[in-house]
Amino acid sequence: MAADVKKASVTNSAVKAPPRSRSDMSAIHEDTKGSKAVRIFLILLSVFFLFVMLVLPLLTVITEAFKKGFSAYLEAVTDADTISAVFLTLEATLIAVAINTVFGLFAAWAVTKFHFKGKKFLVTLIDLPVTVSPIIAGLIYVLTFGRQSFIYPYLEEMNFSVVYAVPGIILATVFVTFPFISREIIPVLEAQGTDEEEAAALMGAKGFTIFTKITLPHIKWALLYGIVLCAARAMGEFGAVSVLSGHLRGKTVTLPLHVEILFGDNKFMPAFAVSSILVVLAVIILVIRSVVEYIGKGKE
Amino acid sequence: MSKKKVRIIPGFGLSMGVTLAILSLVVLIPLASLVVFTAKMSFSEIIEVITRKRVLASFKVSLITAFVASAINAVMGVVLAWVLVRYEFPFKRLIDGMIELPFALPTAVAGISLTSLTADTGFVGRIFAKFGIQIAYTKIGITVALIFIGIPFVVRSVQPVLEKFDPQYEEAAGILGASRTKTFWKVILPELSPAIFTGFGLAFGRCLGEYGSVVFIAGNHPYETEITPLIIMSELQEYDYSSATAIALVMLATAFLILFLVNLIQIRNSKILKGGH
Amino acid sequence: MKKNLIRLTAAVLAASTAVFAFTGCGKFSSATESDSGNGKVEIVNVSYDPTRELYVAYNEAFKKHWKELNGQDIEITQSHGGSGKQALEVANGSPADVVTLALEYDVKAVQDTGLIEDGWINEFPLDSSPYTSTIVFLVRKGNPKNILDWGDLVKDDVGVITPNPKTSGGARWNHLAAWAWAEREYNNDEEKVTDYITELYQHVLVLDSGARGATTSFVENGQGDVLLAWENEAFLSLQEYPDDYEIVTPSISILAQPSVAVVDKNVDKNGTREAATEYLNYLYSDEAQRIAGQNYYRPSNEEILNEFSDVFDLDIDLVTINDFGGWDEAFEKHFSDGGLFDQIFEQG
Repeated sequence: MAADVKKASVTNSAVKAPPRSRSDMSAIHEDTKGSKAVRIFLILLSVFFLFVMLVLPLLTVITEAFKKGFSAYLEAVTDADTISAVFLTLEATLIAVAINTVFGLFAAWAVTKFHFKGKKFLVTLIDLPVTVSPIIAGLIYVLTFGRQSFIYPYLEEMNFSVVYAVPGIILATVFVTFPFISREIIPVLEAQGTDEEEAAALMGAKGFTIFTKITLPHIKWALLYGIVLCAARAMGEFGAVSVLSGHLRGKTVTLPLHVEILFGDNKFMPAFAVSSILVVLAVIILVIRSVVEYIGKGKE
Repeated sequence: MSKKKVRIIPGFGLSMGVTLAILSLVVLIPLASLVVFTAKMSFSEIIEVITRKRVLASFKVSLITAFVASAINAVMGVVLAWVLVRYEFPFKRLIDGMIELPFALPTAVAGISLTSLTADTGFVGRIFAKFGIQIAYTKIGITVALIFIGIPFVVRSVQPVLEKFDPQYEEAAGILGASRTKTFWKVILPELSPAIFTGFGLAFGRCLGEYGSVVFIAGNHPYETEITPLIIMSELQEYDYSSATAIALVMLATAFLILFLVNLIQIRNSKILKGGH
Repeated sequence: MKKNLIRLTAAVLAASTAVFAFTGCGKFSSATESDSGNGKVEIVNVSYDPTRELYVAYNEAFKKHWKELNGQDIEITQSHGGSGKQALEVANGSPADVVTLALEYDVKAVQDTGLIEDGWINEFPLDSSPYTSTIVFLVRKGNPKNILDWGDLVKDDVGVITPNPKTSGGARWNHLAAWAWAEREYNNDEEKVTDYITELYQHVLVLDSGARGATTSFVENGQGDVLLAWENEAFLSLQEYPDDYEIVTPSISILAQPSVAVVDKNVDKNGTREAATEYLNYLYSDEAQRIAGQNYYRPSNEEILNEFSDVFDLDIDLVTINDFGGWDEAFEKHFSDGGLFDQIFEQG
């Protein structure tokens, strides 16, 4: 389809040959932008939509968090359980991002630099976690590593718990953010093609050298962008972690779970206060993302 | 690309090995245990479980709300992408940065704050209550939560395509005398449609499985506002693992199917992206 | 730039492996630690949603008691959630030393996996139920809809909030309490009783998945006119908003007996049997019974219960689960798939 349009545009640009006046040009350019009324309408529509769907809920979180004043807020966010939840969340996020980065790089390399059978299937499998219900994600780990699993006796012998312990939370976090990094890198690598790497390989460069000298510069922004997204999503995961955590206070409670617990205890103000930590973390991450993107675009 | 089986670029074995190893550990083996667990039931038992009236009703609720939410997001996603790519206006960067917030905000937090906003006593709910429309605790409420969850998908898949889109086509169409609306429908939209479908499919898949935000806002009335993930949860709470896994398997198959279609479209899409280079 | 990037990635990787290793070690050491005689004992108490405040207070008291008894420090980790879900998690490997759940039925589910030995119900006094509660109505201040008893719940303009008995242990008590009233009202005419229950559910506006969610719908989001709630939950809401709500005790309700048990397999593995057993035993002490009363649970010790007669309505007529033939029978009839609750909604 693209080819058709392109062909059309080529013939059209031939038509375009007769010289046009400046005003003509800008008129046409204006034309592609749409009339002012349409533009304003669309911008307002977008802003309104985002305001209602995104900003209002966030404002609710913030206003509810400060409902009982700043000192109450401070008390809620410096509570020992909250602090331990913050650390666990950061730990799970960090490890999940690290695992997914390794995976994302290798998977993107495998998928884009080589041809093999079943590639579509592999890509679908990698993407699958995004659309799997978090509840099911939690459930499958309980089935695999929980007491009715045949692996459980071995794990028990090693005194290593996966479910209802930190490793389970990390696994769940890795699962829900699984394709985030590879998904960012794959399109870039695909667009870049394999010529440069092939040339380098023919000249005798080693795999690692090719990767760091040729591939990495191409994908570094996509990679960073993916890492940021992955981190953002990892921090906020609730459903899957909830199934796997066991809610052991101070041990396996992440920030989103802590919010749920506080909420369940009718402690609305503290629940929203802890939520606001997550909002702030999310905003920080998204600001980093914007900066990364800005620098990235500037460099290219 | 090389037609030969000889691979010039090194690292196929290593990268494939690592990919498959992590993929197996994190995704395949756990998913397989779901299948194995369900396989303990006979086929007719599985059918009996997933055709229970209450389960069927929940499929319906989940599918309808997820579809409506994703459709709304598809339309708004195109509008947002268009506005963000084509227009300049104050705070554009800020708005652009906000799109991913639903990813970063825990779904439970989203559910709680959306519920308090849209209940009859809430800031938004009050306005609608005057017209006799209830949002929280109805299907509309579920849809609202799902719209929130699904915002980033369509925007982020349409945006790059639109960015690479050559304004020449539109100019050309304009010169040929096509009206702006016609240009949009005939030239731009067909180009964007693979990206829109990709985003729609991903959002749809995500919405089908969403749990955290929906349970707070849904009201959870059997047959009316009970979503499938909640049914799975309640089966689990009745210690009925086999029913839970059977229903989970149906959802899993749906998710896989959606994704496979999306990836088919996406492969076409990436060819277009490359073509636009 | 590139190099920095690589270094950064490497650093992150190294750091995370370190953290991973660290948490792994933490796991191993904590498991062995609890054995050592005079060190610190750690036990995990897996409980259900509304008991949080109770156990915060009780754990402090027990820490002191244990120190006096053994000269040893004890650390208690709490876990709260829906009772059924909590039971399920213990059954699946959650490291609970004791369970303090809402229903005998839930403890039985753990017992069925072999983690708890048979006969646990007689291990502690009074069917291993150190405190009880019941179901009451929470209504808006002044009781504008004049809701006094179960029959008033099906008046035309009354909106009822109760959680879903399929997912919430508390809601099962609500359901059975209503049933008990209707049985008495209609002289055990099963058809009329079912009609009443059906009508009751038609008045339910929101079926939250748990007791706490239902409280939120009623209190925070202003849904409905009456909340069917645990007595202790109702008192907590009252404590928080004394000007907005009041409690109505119906003529008849159900005696909810939360059950406690030592998780035998886990305590034997962790070497915590002594601590776990004493933890549950001490719940029956006068001190603990008063803590229960202060947290609006009815102490099972009659004498101490009477100390709280100004708080609790002690005249209420209470049926027990045995009037329904025990949990297995009640569950099968009312809440199983295709059971009475399902049938009600299928007709509607």
